[in-house]
Amino acid sequence: MSIPRPLLQTNEAQLIKRICDGEREAFYELLHPYERMIYAIAISIVKNPADAEEVAQEAVLKAFSNLVSFRGDAKFSTWLAQITYNEAKMKLRKARPHLYESIDAQQQNEDGDYSPTDFADWRPIPSELLEVCEIRETLLNAINLLSSTYREVLVLRDVQLLSIKETTTILGISEAAVKTRLHRARLLLRDSLAPGFDGFWIKGQTYRKVRPW
Amino acid sequence: MTTIEISCVEVWREISNYLDEELSPDLRDRMEAHFSACAHCTAVLDGTRNAVALLGDGRLFQMPEGFSKRLYKKIQGLP
Repeated sequence: MSIPRPLLQTNEAQLIKRICDGEREAFYELLHPYERMIYAIAISIVKNPADAEEVAQEAVLKAFSNLVSFRGDAKFSTWLAQITYNEAKMKLRKARPHLYESIDAQQQNEDGDYSPTDFADWRPIPSELLEVCEIRETLLNAINLLSSTYREVLVLRDVQLLSIKETTTILGISEAAVKTRLHRARLLLRDSLAPGFDGFWIKGQTYRKVRPW
Repeated sequence: MTTIEISCVEVWREISNYLDEELSPDLRDRMEAHFSACAHCTAVLDGTRNAVALLGDGRLFQMPEGFSKRLYKKIQGLP
């Protein structure tokens, strides 16, 4: 069971005070619930595990050294996510400045209407199957195929389950932009999971429900 | 009271907000009336909901082995 938010924030405030008073070990406790979040945000931007780990380490060191300036206006998790996001972006800029610029300069057609590429009615993929490497890989590849603007919003909202407000704070974009990008990202992801996933989707023909679950 | 009909294109535009319960009650009712009559849009909705559910599962992004250990080692090395 997850810890209720007010209690969690009280605990975090106490931990932060102890750390600022010199008890460094308390930082492990503060950080532990967010390790996966840090990693997920980092890898969704830099896309490879080694770079993501480096970003995570840099973000954590930065969080530690700036902890004294954390005022508690935002939640600690949002603050930490924002640091991680900025570190990952910086890493990308340093490593691939030209590529980064070209991605950034891409005009995203966010206003146009979206049409699904197919209407396959597939049997839901149960989440237990994420234990199966192949299915996890398929999903991760689909996420990686999204452009960075869509991927970032999708990871914060649907992977990390952050609120729209938290997502606007971390990315520095409007609520409307979060909703539009999320919408597009979700539908694109659905499209990429639908056709051909189990090899039996034939364009223009009825989808055959032949999944083994 | 009759629900004013809504087109497939309008439904696709709002599917994500529908899943997030970010719609007015009126628009939500119109979407639901549409879903009950349109198999295509229901398939898009179900597929999208399934994709969102899979994303939110903690097992999707797995940290590399030893990630925590190396992270804490880094903290320990702080001056």
